[in-house]
Amino acid sequence: MAPRTTFNYEMEGLQKEITEMANASRAAFEKAVRMITDGDLSLREEVRALDRHVYELNERIDKHCLDIIALHSPVASDLRLISACLKMVEDLNRFGRYATDIAELIDDFEEGKAFKRFESLRSMSCLVVGMVDDAVYSFLQRDAEKASHLHERDDAVDSLYDTIFREILTYMMEDPRKITVGIDLILVARYMERVADHACNIGEYVYHMVTGDRLDPKLRTGASERPPRGIFEHPNPRTELDLK
Amino acid sequence: MAHEIKISAKNVFFYYGKSLALRDISMDIHSRCVTALIGPSGCGKSTFIRLLNRMNDLVPGARMDGRILIDGSDIYHPSTDVVSLRRRVGMVFQKPNPFPKSIYENVAYGPRLHGVVETGDGKGRRRKHTKRELDEIVEHSLRRAALWDEVKDRMDKSGTSLSGGQQQRLCIARTLAVDPEIILFDEPCSALDPIATAKIEDLLVDLKKDYTVVIVTHNMQQAARISDRTAFFYLGDLIEMGDTKQIFEKPQKELTEQYITGRMG
Repeated sequence: MAPRTTFNYEMEGLQKEITEMANASRAAFEKAVRMITDGDLSLREEVRALDRHVYELNERIDKHCLDIIALHSPVASDLRLISACLKMVEDLNRFGRYATDIAELIDDFEEGKAFKRFESLRSMSCLVVGMVDDAVYSFLQRDAEKASHLHERDDAVDSLYDTIFREILTYMMEDPRKITVGIDLILVARYMERVADHACNIGEYVYHMVTGDRLDPKLRTGASERPPRGIFEHPNPRTELDLK
Repeated sequence: MAHEIKISAKNVFFYYGKSLALRDISMDIHSRCVTALIGPSGCGKSTFIRLLNRMNDLVPGARMDGRILIDGSDIYHPSTDVVSLRRRVGMVFQKPNPFPKSIYENVAYGPRLHGVVETGDGKGRRRKHTKRELDEIVEHSLRRAALWDEVKDRMDKSGTSLSGGQQQRLCIARTLAVDPEIILFDEPCSALDPIATAKIEDLLVDLKKDYTVVIVTHNMQQAARISDRTAFFYLGDLIEMGDTKQIFEKPQKELTEQYITGRMG
């Protein structure tokens, strides 16, 4: 008999659950993005259902991890896997939550079309879906190399978010009737930017899980290097001369 | 934190007759640390720990090559006084083995045997302890072994009348009474219940303030809980040695990983 049969059974069960959760949260986000890019509002219910499933899996995996720690005292790679799972479920859960938030924001077809026309948002959505895919696949394939490069792409997402924020602010100032849709667009962009951050978190957990080392903090560029921006900061601030 | 090296094994081979039990073991054991030796049955960890106070000298047909240094001196050098070595390097065994004597006599036995060195004449001449000196040693040793409060009112009772955990602590007190520098523990908790085990573990961690502790254990969680450094043996080889956290969180060798995760052994 192979040693630690029960433990191995539990670990295999955990891996199946986390794989299912990763795939479900990825699918939820990808469908929410398709609502923007394809204008397919019929996906909203699917996104909601996937989010509920992701939440259930979050609860189940959380409990399963604690049970394994309490009953089997895992060490080394097993401990690192459980540590990664315990942290990853929070990020995967956020994928699902943000997917639902995005789906809820797009509440009629005309508005959906407005989103579809917005090319910067489409570019951003492609980037973020790619990051979510790679975060999930780096975990499933235990690919530390892929996981370690997610931060680089997060910098591009952050830059796009800044661009989108400024563009939309300009539109809203030019035409106050666009404020409602503009705020929705900013929120969608913000949710995507946060999803990219969560994908980076997963990359860090995967890297540690696979290698046993922490990702070099110097690789974490992006958000920390950007100066904080006030919510009412003008995209093109006027000089003192303009104000006179 | 840098630790000085108390024990150093250099290219140690050990044979029971023609059978090779340890192959080219080299390791440093740090002073005032707990070092745990782990590995599956028959891997050589008990053989190794018994080399540290020359207990294997008593095994017929056994032979050792290589060197074991304590504070830089080769303990297998012909000039080594083995009795003196075993006073410096105490040992506690798997099964508590108190003498069939009173609790007091169990602890006083070692100091009485060794006597006390007269330092005044500079010749290391020994004399017997006075009763008061012995009383102090017995009380101090029992306190150090966290047993004093439980036995102070029944010192004349037999050591064998104590519970298993108390007997083991009595054996530790008996070892401490001769003022050793190193204490070897060969699976000291394997015959004890969880409460008695926890007491011994607390004691081991406390003892490292003053002594160098080496423990052989089959219980990997025990090694993880109490040791500063861990050495993993397999089939007579030292596979890996390192800080306990490193061994249990990120072992360098695949064999270590397989063993501590329970996939081999």
